[in-house]
Amino acid sequence: MSENHNKHEIYKREGKLYKFSDYTLKRVNEIIERYPEGKQKSALIPLLHIAQEEFGGSLNADIMDYVAGLLSIKPIEVYEVATFYSQFYLDNVGKYVIEICQTGPCLACGGDEMIDYLKTKLGIEAGETTADGIFTLKQVECLGACGYAPVMQVNTCFHENLTKERIDEIIDLYKNQAEKPQSNDEKWVEKFYLRK
Amino acid sequence: MGGKILLEKINIPGIETFDIYRKSGGYSAVEKALKTMTPAEVVEEVRKSGLRGRGGAGFPTGMKWGFIDRKSEKPHYLICNADESEPGTFKDRYLMEHLPHLLIEGMICSAFALEAKTAYIYIRGEFKYLIGILNKALSEAYANGFLGKNILGTSYCLDIYVHPGAGAYICGEETALIESLEGKRGNPRLKPPFPAFFGLYSCPTVVNNVETLAAVTSILNMGGDFYSKLGNGKSTGTKLISACGNINKPGVYEIEMGITVEDFIYSEKYCGGIKGGKNLKAVVPGGSSVPVLPAQLILKTASGQPRLMTYESLAEGGFETGTMLGSGGFIVYDEDQCMVRNTMSFARFYHHESCGQCSPCREGTGWQERLLYRIEHGLGRAKDIDLLADISKHIEGNTICPLGDAAAWPVSSAIRHFRNEFEFHIEHPEIVKNISHGNIDKYRK
Amino acid sequence: MLRLTIDNITVEVEEGTTILNAARKIGGKIVPPAMCYYSKLKGSGGKCRTCLVKIANTSEMDPRPIPKLVPSCSTLVQNGMVVENTISEQVLKERKAITEFLLINHPLDCPVCDQAGECDLQNLSYEHGLEETRYEEERREFAPIDIGEKIKLHMNRCILCYRCVYTAEQIINERVHGVLYRGDKAEISTFVENFVENDFSGNIIDVCPVGALTDRTFRFKSRVWFTNPMDAHRNCEKCSGKVALWMFGDDVYRVTGRKDKYNEVEEFICNECRFEKKKTSDWIIEGPRKINRTSVISQNHYEKLTKQSIINPTEGKTEQQE
Repeated sequence: MSENHNKHEIYKREGKLYKFSDYTLKRVNEIIERYPEGKQKSALIPLLHIAQEEFGGSLNADIMDYVAGLLSIKPIEVYEVATFYSQFYLDNVGKYVIEICQTGPCLACGGDEMIDYLKTKLGIEAGETTADGIFTLKQVECLGACGYAPVMQVNTCFHENLTKERIDEIIDLYKNQAEKPQSNDEKWVEKFYLRK
Repeated sequence: MGGKILLEKINIPGIETFDIYRKSGGYSAVEKALKTMTPAEVVEEVRKSGLRGRGGAGFPTGMKWGFIDRKSEKPHYLICNADESEPGTFKDRYLMEHLPHLLIEGMICSAFALEAKTAYIYIRGEFKYLIGILNKALSEAYANGFLGKNILGTSYCLDIYVHPGAGAYICGEETALIESLEGKRGNPRLKPPFPAFFGLYSCPTVVNNVETLAAVTSILNMGGDFYSKLGNGKSTGTKLISACGNINKPGVYEIEMGITVEDFIYSEKYCGGIKGGKNLKAVVPGGSSVPVLPAQLILKTASGQPRLMTYESLAEGGFETGTMLGSGGFIVYDEDQCMVRNTMSFARFYHHESCGQCSPCREGTGWQERLLYRIEHGLGRAKDIDLLADISKHIEGNTICPLGDAAAWPVSSAIRHFRNEFEFHIEHPEIVKNISHGNIDKYRK
Repeated sequence: MLRLTIDNITVEVEEGTTILNAARKIGGKIVPPAMCYYSKLKGSGGKCRTCLVKIANTSEMDPRPIPKLVPSCSTLVQNGMVVENTISEQVLKERKAITEFLLINHPLDCPVCDQAGECDLQNLSYEHGLEETRYEEERREFAPIDIGEKIKLHMNRCILCYRCVYTAEQIINERVHGVLYRGDKAEISTFVENFVENDFSGNIIDVCPVGALTDRTFRFKSRVWFTNPMDAHRNCEKCSGKVALWMFGDDVYRVTGRKDKYNEVEEFICNECRFEKKKTSDWIIEGPRKINRTSVISQNHYEKLTKQSIINPTEGKTEQQE
């Protein structure tokens, strides 16, 4: 669910064709096989994660229609699910999505100062992307790392016990990284979704 | 032993690998169960242990297993609920990261007891980094014959798969989790029918928390009777407490149930006291949904007895003067914390996480947040406090799933115990507008 | 057969009957209101919470009360069960609260809503609503859109009963719309540009308990209480052809399914009957429909003008005079 989703926005299909790489496709089929016959819809959330990663960090109607086809389900079933879960992004995002926690335990440890600092440092508000397209900032609810508060997550990586200095370091680290740490190469799917 | 059972071996270097885990006595519970016990005997052992679900509700695990429909010819499923999302709770993440094999071992024993041939670990989407750790541990278990076909040469076969969520607290509710695992929106189902009869794919299903399943390993190793003697009364065994907030040593602690709350907060062994030598103001001892208690009531019950870390002692006094052990997400607030701000953040959390299926929760959680936002930002009106209390009262108990209760309790308890702070916010808008965080006591007079 | 007592009235029902349907068997004032349950749609119910009732006695075997109120639409009767609906203070209080919840994000635009006069939410509010709103925060707002060529969606008015979704799944057999997003941001939508378009799509209008889905061919033509509902039929290849015509003089303003006293259609009708057949000559008119005394439609006393009828106040029903 995108953070500030435009009420009643009707998305347009661009008609662009998306297709997983042969390597991913093979792995996708292995994932589908984890569920009983006829229950392939179970693979929807894992597949949306993979699609979001492989196709540029967010989902659009064309991508979702492609996933619906892979699972032989109706496109609306995919839209319903993709809009329900907060980790599926329906708007374009930057190379790195920073999700910073705004829930009680983090606030008690100075979380809101960190949120303000990040906004000032990046020059954007929550839900926005920096002009260079590197960072998207999201204020999110509890990330489940309250003992290491304040906490933020950059893509899949947790950054804990935040201070202004730590934030400076972390932002520099990502800025100077030419490539995503987990790029959409073959290893990524391997590591996160496959057992063998 | 110092009360450590689950985390007994956490300091052994390399314990996350199969080889070290095995060398340290790991997987002996699987050998014991599969080679020397029947499924019914495993269930009986867990029943005897008095183990209660560690996810928050505290329902006796043995009893839950006893409900599973054994007459059904459909396959049985075991699901590990690793959708740990209750604010203040981060124990399962710790367990999975450091002791993945302990969970897998517990899952094999539990799946055997339930005669399940497939099990899923439903892990919250934010914990993607753990999927790699779990998958590595799973493949080691497969390679060593503890998973897959004919485990340890017996006729028992089991496959375990990791399944990621994608950011929805509600999927920690077992029927919402099942819906989500079926590839749908995480809308909780109406109960009955219960998952023990109609769960995943309408088959008999048991959903257990990570810590619960890990505890099964210890129970089989030491015997249910022995386990039941640990702890205090009906709160048997040990519990992982994830401590956070304004304390010197936040982290995950394993306690034998029955130590005092005071000891837990102040002893060097656990939280190590309040950060910066400040005073204790309030504690939410079981994850954000349980009622908040002020210092005097969390340390001692209304009748003056020391409050213990047990299901019963924390609940003593009902919601008037008590709270709940819940998931063990122990959030400590020092004297400078603003209870209105904290309550607003919890209300915002539950508003954000409501699935929107039933009307009291869908509409009520948003209303709570909007009112609290105004009060917190100096725009509250005198009638808002009673209105807020009234709204939370009508969400509670009227919803399909417990999220409604979870959204109502933090609000009603904060008003009950910290009404003066709410009143101060309303009476002094100019102060709270400028200083929206921190202790309002400083600004009184 | 199972014995059940609701508000001190005892009734016998078959095993597998819900409390709500048992109450409907008794009829009258003790029937709980239902905004999301629809007997003809599998899986519906449990969501709106307006039908919550108190179980004072679970069963003969287990004579204990259930602490929480239960949804009568999805709770099965057990033998010896004792249910309290209108005689329970708690039930009435919570129903009032739930009515309030359903209204906080509702635009209260009844003066310009085509559903006014036949709206379940209006009736619920009339019976259980507060006299004034306590909600002074912002309401969610959506612009109205066309969700079908002849179907208007006013998302503002939607109470997320999911009936139209079940209808698409079970009656239309072709679902392109659903519930998107979550919490109070949830909305009925097709997500991409798409129309709910099929021979039976118009039924989503009939199942909608509020004015969220309305008939574009009837839009702003007349208030329902100025029209005269008539039973009529025609030979139709797609459906039973049994409909209700909503007439103004000799003109057919609107065609809908025939609704029973719980506002459920007796039979689902096709779009051709609903949208295309707007001439009196298309239909064989059987006579005026029976309208509930409490409905504003009966305020027009149309029946007296068309066919002699009286209202029987003790029954709360309209009865035809021979």
